[in-house]
Amino acid sequence: MAATSLTILVIDENPTRATILEDGLRDAGFVDVVRLDTTHELLKRIFEIDPDVILIDLASPSRDVLEQMFQVSRTVKRPVAMFVDQSDTAMIELAVDAGVSAYIVDGLRKERVKSILDMTVSRFNAFDRLTRELQQARDELAERKLIERAKGILMKSKGISEEEAYGMLRRTAMNEKMKLADIARSVVTAAQLLG
Amino acid sequence: MTRTTAAPGGAGRRDGKLRIGFMPLVDCAPLVVARDLGFAAEEGLELDLVPETSWANIRDRIVLGHFDAAHMLAPMPIAARLGLGHVRAPVIAPFVLDQGGNSIAVTPSLWREGGDWGDFGDPIASGRALARIVAERARTGREQPTFASVHPFSCHHQQLRHWMAAAGVDPDRDVRLTVVPPPHMVAVMEAGEVDGVCVGAPWTSRAVDAGIGHIVLPTAVLWPSVPEKVLGVHEDFAERRRDELDALLRALDRAAAWSEAPENRAALADLLARDGIVGVPAPIVARSLTGRLEVERGGATVSVPGFLRFHGEGASGPINRPRPTDGLWLAAQMLRWRQTEDAAAAFAAAREAFSSDHWTRAIGRPSRDDDTVATFEGPLFHGGDPEKWLRSEGRGGLRRA
Repeated sequence: MAATSLTILVIDENPTRATILEDGLRDAGFVDVVRLDTTHELLKRIFEIDPDVILIDLASPSRDVLEQMFQVSRTVKRPVAMFVDQSDTAMIELAVDAGVSAYIVDGLRKERVKSILDMTVSRFNAFDRLTRELQQARDELAERKLIERAKGILMKSKGISEEEAYGMLRRTAMNEKMKLADIARSVVTAAQLLG
Repeated sequence: MTRTTAAPGGAGRRDGKLRIGFMPLVDCAPLVVARDLGFAAEEGLELDLVPETSWANIRDRIVLGHFDAAHMLAPMPIAARLGLGHVRAPVIAPFVLDQGGNSIAVTPSLWREGGDWGDFGDPIASGRALARIVAERARTGREQPTFASVHPFSCHHQQLRHWMAAAGVDPDRDVRLTVVPPPHMVAVMEAGEVDGVCVGAPWTSRAVDAGIGHIVLPTAVLWPSVPEKVLGVHEDFAERRRDELDALLRALDRAAAWSEAPENRAALADLLARDGIVGVPAPIVARSLTGRLEVERGGATVSVPGFLRFHGEGASGPINRPRPTDGLWLAAQMLRWRQTEDAAAAFAAAREAFSSDHWTRAIGRPSRDDDTVATFEGPLFHGGDPEKWLRSEGRGGLRRA
């Protein structure tokens, strides 16, 4: 069985992360990747897709739906089994830490599963990093805007230059042992109150 | 997600800080009460309660040692010990969190289709109504009805099967059984994807309030004395951190007693209703605590004694004491429905998972000893001879007449 003939199902309600994972799997030569971002009639759709590997986001309550598949081999053509080998604990551990779980068709060679899972874990971790960086960038932008507004308020009320207003904010932050953005926030709030 | 150690039970850690997973269900009450009303603190424990989204996550995190203990479906420790569908892991149930609390509810259209469901809570008459539906659908070539539970290794799943089989409905042939996570329950019933569900409080009441569910049967009627959720822990944790486990069991014992007391129900409903715990309005939570259920929207309120029990004496001794017999009963259901085949292994796993030893050591209240389980039909189950019950009820299907 060539790598390309495996059908991989990705169940992730976060479309951005699912895209990142799908791209990664395609780059690695897995062309048959199907994404489900809905839980609507999940078992029925899995039956239609008939995947060899299912990758599911740990935050999805639908994991319990997948577990039912071990019990109803009548419903799903090929029973899907999670790692049942004791030596798989390390692999499960890495996946759970990354926030993902996998269900694999019985009899699939372990090395092949490993490459898929490695890819999934690294993409989930990359997405997590990306999300954190994005949040940081948003916070920084919001802080910069706040400082700009505080400077404007000081310049207007005290009739000082931009440079002097900035110096004033900085000195106050240092004296109060507070962050510049927090001082700026106080200035903006005070201006709103005294408005 | 940060962890200090990969070893189950956090090797070497004995600081009284316990990380405990739970699902947003009314029967997580003893854990929440132990944390919030100081019972854990009085035992020198600090509980970090972590909400989870699936029972599969709960099991994985116990197996991997991310959680020291967890709110767990009663059959789950047995399934974990047998390695059913997952890596084998020695999980035990040293404390029973509750009995009862589940209900079977059907959509208004299935309710109409069934005609006469008998008096509320009559398991035989309601089973017959389902049998009529099944027969009529088969005759007219319509699709079988679909029923959902919450996990294959749950009392909900076993109770549905038992109720159906008693009415001559073959759960593997005459209906389709599926799993729906409680938060999706209302949506799938509304979409007509399932015709009936068996789920824990407060989710059937939620379906009733949404006008898409009609409660047919509280499962306390089916199984009046069987553990519903247990505290699940890894054996490694139980061995390495025995003092903390004992302290936790004592704290849970007091928290469960507080939860059971009628005068505390209103306060308990408020504690559980909060976002991050159950996240459902207090009046709906209160219905399951008082056993006063509304069976359909705007319909009659019925009173179900013993609908959900947290503490005290049950039909077979102290509610919170695990009994090997209860484990054997759950294992017998797994064998009856062919979730596992090896009876000797299943019964051994059940005895180990439901040993009374930890409870007796930590709490040790003198109590009645009984090795039977009585349910709504069928012969009395004896822990001394679980095979006898299986032979009589029919393994892998219905009782042969």
